[in-house]
Amino acid sequence: MTLDDKKRVLREMVLHRRFEERCYQAYIERKIGGFLHLYPGQEACCNGVMEAARPSHDYVITGYRDHIHAIKCGADPKAVMAELYGKATGCSKGRGGSMHIFDVAHRFMGGYALVGGPFPLAAGMAKAIQMKGGDEIAICFLGDAANNQGVFHETLNMSKLWNLPVLFVCENNLYGIGTALDRSTAVHDQYKRVCAYGIESAQCDGQDIDIVYEHAKTAIDYVRSGKGPYFLELMTYRYRGHSMSDSRAYRSREEEEHWKLRDPINILRDRLIAAGELTLEDFQQMERDTDTFIEQDIIAFAEASPEPDVSELEHFVLA
Amino acid sequence: MAEIMYWEALQRAHDEEMARDPLVICMGEDIGVAGGTYKATKGLYEKYGDKRVIDTPISEGGYTGLGIGASFLGIRPVIEIMSVNFAWLAMDQMFNSAAKVRYMSGGQLTAPCVFRAAGGAAHQLGAQHSARMEKVFMGIAGLRVVTPSNPKQAYGLLKAAIRSDDPVFINEHELMYNMKGDVPDSEYLHPLEGSEIARAGSDVTLFGYNISVHWCLQAAEILHSQHNISAEVVDLYALSPLDREGIRKSVSKTHRAVIAEEDEAPVGVGAEVIAIINEECFFELDAAPVRVHSALVPQPYNHTLEKAAIPDHTDVVRAVLKLFGKA
Repeated sequence: MTLDDKKRVLREMVLHRRFEERCYQAYIERKIGGFLHLYPGQEACCNGVMEAARPSHDYVITGYRDHIHAIKCGADPKAVMAELYGKATGCSKGRGGSMHIFDVAHRFMGGYALVGGPFPLAAGMAKAIQMKGGDEIAICFLGDAANNQGVFHETLNMSKLWNLPVLFVCENNLYGIGTALDRSTAVHDQYKRVCAYGIESAQCDGQDIDIVYEHAKTAIDYVRSGKGPYFLELMTYRYRGHSMSDSRAYRSREEEEHWKLRDPINILRDRLIAAGELTLEDFQQMERDTDTFIEQDIIAFAEASPEPDVSELEHFVLA
Repeated sequence: MAEIMYWEALQRAHDEEMARDPLVICMGEDIGVAGGTYKATKGLYEKYGDKRVIDTPISEGGYTGLGIGASFLGIRPVIEIMSVNFAWLAMDQMFNSAAKVRYMSGGQLTAPCVFRAAGGAAHQLGAQHSARMEKVFMGIAGLRVVTPSNPKQAYGLLKAAIRSDDPVFINEHELMYNMKGDVPDSEYLHPLEGSEIARAGSDVTLFGYNISVHWCLQAAEILHSQHNISAEVVDLYALSPLDREGIRKSVSKTHRAVIAEEDEAPVGVGAEVIAIINEECFFELDAAPVRVHSALVPQPYNHTLEKAAIPDHTDVVRAVLKLFGKA
């Protein structure tokens, strides 16, 4: 990544952080319903991987913590927020909600709410790519806990057996809902679990975007060159609870503070300041501009958008 | 018009669709090198190769999901589940991914895939290989369900399902793959909705689907020749959506209805058809509709017990005679 890239990505990551924090507020205000899984703390994962990938060309699929992956692929943040508000202008026309953000035009193939469900769907997209002979790859972002599902193992086996162009990105945030990783799997290093299937894998820091980018680049070059699947484990942390009704009783405040010392936005910000590319004042202005954009463009759009027409309740069931 | 077997009709449909469209693929256990447990894909591996006729590991949830994911990008997979009993393992992907993706994406994404499964009770296969599960599939929004009762339907429904932009579940029957019947020589697509009058009659309607259509036809013959009762047989080859208009029309003509299903009664086709009769033509009825169905037991192994658990044409005859106060 060039310095210009890094400055752009810092701005994007600030938007991703503030967007999610604004969602939290909107949820408290009951503007957003249902479940809401937020991304703060993990921004370097999605950004680092997608900077190394080709957004809107490669096919991306993920679980229910999906707002930022959609936006990074090219989804309009206004349409994502409108979807969270359940509005007709939402990217899924108010039918999906937080866990089912879709933007197929940008090849963001959706958020899915069954843990591990996207694994075989990603491999299937890779099968389609392989059949059609394109140079796209399929990228599947999921959390560590998804690796305890049966389809994880079934999918890895078939992906390697058929040499499919799929990158599995494991955002290891150490908890499956409220159960710690070491209380749910005997092998703690997730990248080691895929060795059983003969799949190339690596583990790296998920908080430093430069490190994520370098590892993702290696992984993506490998997959795109036709060598088969790859599994990349990123060590990260979610600041908020799994969803909204989460007391975080399963982890200590000390642990949370420890991880915040390695905040992905601060790491990139400080690096750019040290390189003389940015001042703290520039960064603070960036945050203010972002908040203004979120209020005046994104929230205003979601608020002003119409509700879906009840007469169209049964649209989109069958073709 | 040539008389061929049910499995040959399926094989021909696969073959023609694969020849027509390079994006059509088949996947499942033992369908390639081994030629398919019921021969529905016989010879296709040799003809189309291992990239399009895919022998999968025994991982029903995984390969079903993989086929659905491929369909997101325009591939048309025909996903064979060797026995419908194994479909439980694939239902998360069938229902949560294929059936719902169109709706929850606001119409952006669709899963045009076909799931084929051998269903029904064969001979002494025991509780875990004899399930009839159509009741499970027909209650899922976003999924079409069809169930061919003869080779012509097997051929035409599979071809139409492959070309449909919706996910389609095709419920076949383990005992019917060697059944013979006429199939048109020229290409034929069977509608995925509606019903067929398999035998016209005026006194009572016998509703069947898949194998129970044949019980109904046998019963109708006995009722005609031995009891002077004219039974109409309606073939509900589409279980989702059910043909409300076809059901209404026939019952409005005969004023009596018997529904024959190989499945157990609670929450089944019979219950659903009777609900439709109530909603569409209750005041046309001369008698309360009756269900003929299996006993609510896990399928027993013992031959006599198994026979006692599953109905046949004699149960249909008995139900009709009772309806007419003759038994």
